[in-house]
Amino acid sequence: MPLTDEQIERYSRHIILKEVGAKGQNKLLKAKVLIIGAGGLGAPAAMYLAAAGVGTIGIADADEVDLSNLQRQIIHGTADVGKAKVKSARETINQMNPDVTVNTYRTFVSSENIRELIRDYDFIIDGTDNFPAKFLINDACVMEKKPFSHAGIIRFKGQLMTYVPGEGPCYRCVFKNPPPKDAVPTCKQAGVIGAMGGVIGSLQAMEAIKYIIGKGQLLTGSLLTYDALTMEFHKIKLPKDTHNCPVCGEHPTITELIDYEQAECDMK
Amino acid sequence: MFITVGGERKEVKDGITLPELIELEKVETPEYVTVSINEEFIAKEQIAATVIKDGDNIEFLYFMGGGQ
Ligand SMILES: [Zn+2]
Repeated sequence: MPLTDEQIERYSRHIILKEVGAKGQNKLLKAKVLIIGAGGLGAPAAMYLAAAGVGTIGIADADEVDLSNLQRQIIHGTADVGKAKVKSARETINQMNPDVTVNTYRTFVSSENIRELIRDYDFIIDGTDNFPAKFLINDACVMEKKPFSHAGIIRFKGQLMTYVPGEGPCYRCVFKNPPPKDAVPTCKQAGVIGAMGGVIGSLQAMEAIKYIIGKGQLLTGSLLTYDALTMEFHKIKLPKDTHNCPVCGEHPTITELIDYEQAECDMK
Repeated sequence: MFITVGGERKEVKDGITLPELIELEKVETPEYVTVSINEEFIAKEQIAATVIKDGDNIEFLYFMGGGQ
């Protein structure tokens, strides 16, 4: 589909990049990305993907905007407090870029709905705040053969990795099983610096964009960690051997999705 | 001997065990940390018996659950 004059101008800083060009921009406009969780990570990810002209953005979140969200969830404003996050996010994106179709799903993901939800999308962004959801997203993406970006943030730290089917370990290869409730501090108990969502959520958007345009190296087979206090990024190379993994390995023992007990961050 | 921990080269005593290193590095909630040595995961049940060798590259991978 040829770009309109307005699109050529809007995306001119993309089109001028040899890695993107009109061809890459067209790929972005045709791409469908699902963001699960419209919070600290999902907000900046959604906004950069919308600005980049990703043609279809799905947003799944059951929550409403709370005043304590606004320190980091920049897709929502003060006037949105009390509004469904998916509605508030859609309004912001519509205002940013009319090229983007926004699909909203006001729901928590579960074993019942997630496979159907992700099936329609090219790339999934995990912007959730709890381990049951993170394992659910991983397992569903492995089963549906969907690439996704995992990320987590806490205090002054963040990390992310990318899973692409057949190209390296999944989240479960690394972390095996969710930790028991309250065994590992969550963001409400521990706090998180607001800009951390901006750093890591933007990196998730970057991974989605690189995957869509097919350029550069993804964080497949690596976990990138970021410490804001020491201002250090560290890329951990992950073991290549995935054959023993209970979900993405050669003889998977997890063949049905699991709804682990919600030990969520409870951070409205 | 010299080893690399989290990308940082450091000197440790010869024959240091993995549990000793975990203590030395003040690893938070060690029972929920994934350890890799030279890009191989160390199974939970192997941690106690693992001895670090000169030149080993050790990484601690932490659960990070926040996002909202
Ligand atoms: Zn796996």
